[in-house]
Amino acid sequence: MTEQTEPSDILFSDEQAQLLEIAETFSANKSPIDAVRRQLAAEDAIDGALWREIAALGWLGIAIPEEFGGSGLGLGEVVAIVEPMGRKLLSSPLASTTLAAQAILCTGNDEQKSQWLPQLAAGTVAALALTEAHGDWDLCHLTCTATRNGGTLSLSGGKTFVTDAAQADLFLVSLALDGAPALVLVEKSALGKDALHREVVVDETRRSYGLSLDGVELPAANLLAAADLPGCLKSLHLAACLLYAAEMCGGTAGVINVTLDYLKTRRQFDHFIGAYQALKHPMVDALVGLEQARSHLYHAATVFEMGNGADGRGEVAVRMAKAQAAAAFAFASDRAIQFHGAFGFTYDCDAQLYRRRALWCEQQHGDGLHHRKHLAGLLLD
Amino acid sequence: MNVSAKALDDFRVEVAAWLMANKPADPGFLLPQSFMEVGTDQQFEFLRDWQRKVYEAGYLGMAWPAQYGGGGRDQAFQDIATAEMARQKVPFMTNTIGLSWAGPLILNMGTEAQKQAYIKRILSAEDIWCQGFSEPDNGSDLGNAQLRAVRDGNEFVLNGSKIWTSLGSYADYMILLARSNTETNTKYEGLSYFLSPMKIPGVDPVPIRKLTGEYGFTQTFFDDARIPDTCLIGEEGKGWQVAMKTLTFERAVSGGQAGGVHSMPVFASEVVELARHAQRDGRPAIEDPLIRDQLVALLMEERGLDLNNQRADIPGLNTEWPGAIAMARKLTNSEWRQRLNQFAVTLQGANASRYVGDAQAVDGGRWQRGYFNSFSSTIGGGTSQIQKNIVGERVLGLPKSE
Repeated sequence: MTEQTEPSDILFSDEQAQLLEIAETFSANKSPIDAVRRQLAAEDAIDGALWREIAALGWLGIAIPEEFGGSGLGLGEVVAIVEPMGRKLLSSPLASTTLAAQAILCTGNDEQKSQWLPQLAAGTVAALALTEAHGDWDLCHLTCTATRNGGTLSLSGGKTFVTDAAQADLFLVSLALDGAPALVLVEKSALGKDALHREVVVDETRRSYGLSLDGVELPAANLLAAADLPGCLKSLHLAACLLYAAEMCGGTAGVINVTLDYLKTRRQFDHFIGAYQALKHPMVDALVGLEQARSHLYHAATVFEMGNGADGRGEVAVRMAKAQAAAAFAFASDRAIQFHGAFGFTYDCDAQLYRRRALWCEQQHGDGLHHRKHLAGLLLD
Repeated sequence: MNVSAKALDDFRVEVAAWLMANKPADPGFLLPQSFMEVGTDQQFEFLRDWQRKVYEAGYLGMAWPAQYGGGGRDQAFQDIATAEMARQKVPFMTNTIGLSWAGPLILNMGTEAQKQAYIKRILSAEDIWCQGFSEPDNGSDLGNAQLRAVRDGNEFVLNGSKIWTSLGSYADYMILLARSNTETNTKYEGLSYFLSPMKIPGVDPVPIRKLTGEYGFTQTFFDDARIPDTCLIGEEGKGWQVAMKTLTFERAVSGGQAGGVHSMPVFASEVVELARHAQRDGRPAIEDPLIRDQLVALLMEERGLDLNNQRADIPGLNTEWPGAIAMARKLTNSEWRQRLNQFAVTLQGANASRYVGDAQAVDGGRWQRGYFNSFSSTIGGGTSQIQKNIVGERVLGLPKSE
């Protein structure tokens, strides 16, 4: 079909295959739907013991080089973990911790890497503080600032949607310094007592916080000083999109199954309702959307590389994966509510959990329309 | 067979050079985009000549047995020749039913005499083949075929009609599914399968005019047409199994096809080019943000379907609904192609209203005609709605629709 296809567009390594299989079993065992619902009321998105199990499996160090305590694989292997977790609505700081490590790898000096990467690989939680009250997805649109006073940085402003902040020991914070974007590492101990406030968010499996930077003072050594910081922020944005695409593909498969179970067991007018084409055909549309999303996802997992901003192929692949997965998840979860009938309107029906998850995932790091707009620039000009 | 990489590389150079030197010049009239769209004698003769030329040069049926007229070479050579034909966008092989469905079927389960009689002439396009599956009252329900084949000594007498016979006006033979027994337990057991001559008394292909205004297929009437029982392929009463075998060739689930391109592909990139030339508000349409979004959506879907084909070959990424991609392929690809054609028409602004034959029609009106013809794929071979039933039931395991 496309003229530029190459046989290597999707490579699926043995490591990916093993990780996918193990993570499927793990997520099914650790995150059945009643466990997800129990966790909704808990203080943290993930139970500490379960988080330590994830760390013990080595999953937090997958994309960290061996010299820093990781396994030296890449984000493509992390995708194979995140997808099955998304399917079972397992919520954890795995993605934020992984992405913080990638940012440090991309922008940090040797000292910062040796200090933080082994800790992150071992289970120290990192939170991303990248977005702000204006809600713009452009990570270079920054109102938070740092000013220099000798060797000290004074921070001000507020960040939003800092997930799992209460469990985090390290925050990766973006702000403007001398009129240019900058990234700083902020340890929990540097934050004021009331720096965090819980946000009420649509996806109740997540714990999201506003973060106040006012009054925070840091040594200038906490700056991540990359030559091309906007480029690194873009890489980080795309990496986040890749992991969100994985989470959404998993979620789509999950919610399709929830709906199928209902369509195969619920009877009306003497028939299982799944026999009605008005319900059957949209389920096929949902499946078709998912299949394309997974193909885009594993292609993006094959070609995307952190910090390789010059590679338009990776950017195109990731943006397509995020846009397609968002469309598939939105459709499948929206229809899930509708096809459960009156039960779908209730809090007890699991369809809402997926619909809420889909909304969160689509609206963080760019929705489909936004990515298609950027794709237009990449593909048409 | 073991073929060296060098032999294949050398062959690629050879076939590329031959195609470059021999591909036909623009005939001066709009060519059809697949065998289902051949509507005029002029188009037909042009395409038949081209197929014969390719066969005589040795680039068709390369892996079919040499004793029947094939090349007797490794499939890898044919794959290279086919890929090169696609790359150079040469016209398609018009005898598709013969090359891709009837030929492989005959080689797979035909008698020695059938192989001797038909295979070479399929390749050379001396014999054109058509398919007689659908009937006026049995479109998607193939197993319910009612055309009667009544045995009379060593002959069968055929009565009834087949419909949507592509190339029916030109065909010399038809692969024909007919009811040879009306008193069986299931409808499937009464079917027999024939390699049936078209140019005999009692067979009358009547052209059907398509929505495009062209003629591309026929309703084929059988009125006491007599054929010898040597036309049977497979046993009498086992026609359903032969039909299912045919479908594995038709859907390219089984290999063994003669090769060559069988339709002119359409690419989203062509529609992007169209958008550079179409105008909106005094500017190229490609600068219009809404048009850009639609173009990107079409490019994304094209890419997704293409990547699907690659992912379908990776078992570890197809564990939950194995076969989903292959089972939905006809649905997804034909629907995408229809949307692409439709968008290409609307892109032309006021000029979208022109049609084939108008001197100012954009690209000779190919997009308008392509859109109308695209319904042959969303309807033929099981409508998109039937495809959704099939995928919903066989892949997702939903209960059967009544």
